[in-house]
Amino acid sequence: MQNHVLDYLFDIVKKVPNKVAYSDGTVDMTFQDVYNEARSVASFLHNNGVYREAVVIFMKKQPKTIAAFFGTIMGRNYYVPIDSEMPAVRMQLILENVKPKFVICDDDSIESAKSFKFDGKIINYDDIKATPHEDEALNEIYSKTIDTDPIYIVFTSGSTGIPKGVVACHRSVIDYIEQLSDVMKVTEDTIFGSQTPLYVDACLKELYPTIKFGATTYLIPKELFMFPIDLVKYLNEHKVNTICWVVSALTMVSAFGAFKTVVPEYLHTICFGSEVFPIKQFNIWKSVAPNARFINLYGPTEGTGMCCYYEVNRDFELDEVIPIGNPFKNTEIILLDGDNKEANEGEICIRGTSVTLGYFNNPEKTSECFVQNPLNPYYPEIIYRTGDIGKYNEYGELQFVSRKDYQIKHMGHRIELGEIEINVNMMDEINMAGCIYDEIKNKIVLYYVGDMEIKDLTMDLKSKLPRYMIPNSIIKLDKMPLTTNGKMDRAGLKKMYQNK
Amino acid sequence: MDELLEILQDLHPEIDFDSCDTLVDDKILDSFDIVTIISEVNETFDVVISAEYIKPEYFNSAKALYELIEQLEDE
Repeated sequence: MQNHVLDYLFDIVKKVPNKVAYSDGTVDMTFQDVYNEARSVASFLHNNGVYREAVVIFMKKQPKTIAAFFGTIMGRNYYVPIDSEMPAVRMQLILENVKPKFVICDDDSIESAKSFKFDGKIINYDDIKATPHEDEALNEIYSKTIDTDPIYIVFTSGSTGIPKGVVACHRSVIDYIEQLSDVMKVTEDTIFGSQTPLYVDACLKELYPTIKFGATTYLIPKELFMFPIDLVKYLNEHKVNTICWVVSALTMVSAFGAFKTVVPEYLHTICFGSEVFPIKQFNIWKSVAPNARFINLYGPTEGTGMCCYYEVNRDFELDEVIPIGNPFKNTEIILLDGDNKEANEGEICIRGTSVTLGYFNNPEKTSECFVQNPLNPYYPEIIYRTGDIGKYNEYGELQFVSRKDYQIKHMGHRIELGEIEINVNMMDEINMAGCIYDEIKNKIVLYYVGDMEIKDLTMDLKSKLPRYMIPNSIIKLDKMPLTTNGKMDRAGLKKMYQNK
Repeated sequence: MDELLEILQDLHPEIDFDSCDTLVDDKILDSFDIVTIISEVNETFDVVISAEYIKPEYFNSAKALYELIEQLEDE
């Protein structure tokens, strides 16, 4: 039985060593290159006594970053990806949480890494990528690895203002990749065009099936997502046939009319998720790729990426919502109502191997949503409570209804409105802040009371939060609406916003 | 032009949009900004910037973008 996620790589490098595994369009890495450099990274970590520890990878979206990930796993360590898109304050919080001995950088990031306050060392990937392979030691490490060993930590928005690090192990990733590859029908001929950054779990969808099948992944430069025509041309140039993009990336192409100039020629599998796909935009995609399979994917980071899918097989009215369908094989979804009883509508809870290990160095937050299955009082069994409310439709398919808290999905990113508010409330000049989300126009709206100019507030916020969390509109108030308990009244803000 | 500058200034208070002509080349604008600018321009000027005009040369400076808006308004 496979118990190591890199068995995919060890097998494939014997079969197609010289095929391109990962490319960003300019730099290519073959499976042999990936294997060799990963083995060097693993050897370096071993030589420096790093074993079963967090290794922070601070590198941009490029093929060698993936080799750094795999090298970390190969030495029985777990990678923690961070990115220059994150503000320094956030990266610092992550370092304080995982306390790494090493941060592996590239030429672009090494200068900013020097400002981190931590006890570990900073190294340049290029300086370690040719470390002689310590095969004997690595083989022994390999033989000791068990499938519940963690392989990565990815950080997600936390409502208390501190990001939470989701820890996943070999077993849940192998399970995920097996089931997802079946659904997507990945083969050695698959050419992925990857949209997501490498510091989120969404990139697993391309990175791991690539080594399982000997497929190829193009890491699409993020700048291209500003220019829809160039983006579609890039897909055609590299004969990309499979994409898994957030809905906002897909609608950016269709809504701005890129298909009048150029249409995708090779796409046969189009997966989307993270947000509701407006049917009008979906139909535009369908019309330019009538023979492609369209698959809606749903799942939280805590469930190792995706846990449900729905392959679109009927037409939808403009006001309908595409369902999230059914769980992957080997995953079960339970809907729990307020009394923790199974219901036709309730909180979506995930059961199975795909449930990750919890939040790193954060037992409090972990125990809030990684909980004993309330339907099973007999033996220990952890399920993950997503906080999403779902229900079954007339076809027996799962449908997303709403959130039970103040988490939103904005431009494909998962955001806790509370995290934005806490960061605003921390500023000296601010008396009170409240955030709402305009689901129609996809805008984060921030209201605040305090002696601060909007401009200064924006600048301050940009130094603390990632770009996608910065409110799209900021409004200064003389008085914040309050609930009878004296708390900020979000419903009141929403009403104020709608009436404006 | 003032209305456009206001839209841009809201997104990036730290930038001098009167003089900067490398908004795309220097990665000041990202895809979030482009989407926001296009929708705000649509609301404010009633002009649709379609994909054929979503190119670096039209977004590198406020001036270039304003000229594009004027051109589209005339069409």
